[in-house]
Amino acid sequence: MTTPTNHIDLGTVLRQTLAANLYSNLVTRPTGRAVRTQIELLLKDADRTLTVIDFSHVQMIDFSCADEVIAKLMLTPPAGRETYFVVRGMTDDHWHAIEQVLEHHGLAIIVERGDGVDLLGVLDEGETRAWEALKRRGRASSRQVAADMGAAEPDARDALERMWRRRLIARHDEHFMPVSALS
Amino acid sequence: MTTVINVPPSLDENTFEQVLEQLAALPDDAKTLFDARHCKWASPYGLASLLTIGQTRLHIRPTLAVPEADDTASYWARSNFFHFAEDLFDLTGIVPRRSGQKDSQVLLELTPISNTEDVHEVVGRIQERAQQIISKELGIDSKAIVGFAMTLSEVCQNIIEHAGLGGWVMVQTYKWKRRLGRRVVVIAVCDAGMGFRKSLETSGSHSPGDRWDDAAALEAAVIRGVSRFRDPGRGQGLAGVRKYVGRWNGKLSVRSGTARIALVPDWDEDVPLKERMPYFPGSQIQVTIPERVAR
Repeated sequence: MTTPTNHIDLGTVLRQTLAANLYSNLVTRPTGRAVRTQIELLLKDADRTLTVIDFSHVQMIDFSCADEVIAKLMLTPPAGRETYFVVRGMTDDHWHAIEQVLEHHGLAIIVERGDGVDLLGVLDEGETRAWEALKRRGRASSRQVAADMGAAEPDARDALERMWRRRLIARHDEHFMPVSALS
Repeated sequence: MTTVINVPPSLDENTFEQVLEQLAALPDDAKTLFDARHCKWASPYGLASLLTIGQTRLHIRPTLAVPEADDTASYWARSNFFHFAEDLFDLTGIVPRRSGQKDSQVLLELTPISNTEDVHEVVGRIQERAQQIISKELGIDSKAIVGFAMTLSEVCQNIIEHAGLGGWVMVQTYKWKRRLGRRVVVIAVCDAGMGFRKSLETSGSHSPGDRWDDAAALEAAVIRGVSRFRDPGRGQGLAGVRKYVGRWNGKLSVRSGTARIALVPDWDEDVPLKERMPYFPGSQIQVTIPERVAR
């Protein structure tokens, strides 16, 4: 199973979006909309993609821009296609704005850290436990995850399928995996 | 006949109401002279609001008598006030030239906001100076700087998204001797656009039977995060500002139309909601973050 991976340096997209922009700040809704449109253009042709959204060259992001870029990408999946996102280079300063919009919409995102990936945002207990089990295994069936969670298989499956529909984990036949495993 | 409007010696968010009270009784086409000769001090809110008054007197261009005190007039010049005021008022008195010298306490001189690029410019410029002022001089955690820039961005965007007319922003630090005995950093963002009530009315988000006036519109927008846009992600900007102000024990006040709403910290004696104030168009926002003191 091969999945095309896009790397989107938000700093570069920002400079392409705004004429003569001297700063590396993701601020204002129109800027967020323009950046999101650029990202969506990259995704339009593939059936399944993993996109790394890289904040390394972004100094700050405000609430409005976080809503336009992160929330709307997570809220509006392109019809008939699987699009997964991983956030890279996110600092506490970025998180401040992103956390608020995730809470506002009840969303979560995958964030790449130095030692792996984490799932941040709004998750219920079942999802959190299923994620921890899946992260340890890398690829697992709902039966395996249920065993690790000490839960009934239907409960584990339900949590995994919810996360899959939220595009927080990937699925291949009867197996689930962190989206980072797609790359 | 020209009506003289006295500008108080100390022009800030509270005393600016005296100016509006004098204006309230006048028709739009009344000839007015704003007499600031005896004004000694003006806050960013005072200066930005004075400019917005100029925007509202479209029928007959008002006159502004500039402060007589050299240091006051010079400060107004360094804050860019006269640069914009000369387009809106006939200025009388001695108007100092801009020397190019910056005021060390002014983080951002009066800056017009009318489009997205203006917000980028303002946020970028504030970041260059905020580290020194906010972190080192006000003793506020350096983590607060990004939040401060975000707050500035969101309140400026309020003009672009809702006013329908350009406004001004100014950021400054100063010592509030009487009220607080501490230094503060203040953001003032003022416009004379459509204001919160009219903006929300365009969405039809309130029921006809509900209480609906400027105060209700401010409560909806500032406290409940209601926006005129149907997009469920809207309204988060002011919610974020509120959160930031609360975290740093600051004060947020928003005036629009005939009402003013405020998030009042323990160090201030303001009231949370004022109604039946003299009508003034648009919205006028002030964010005040105080110096941190060791406990």
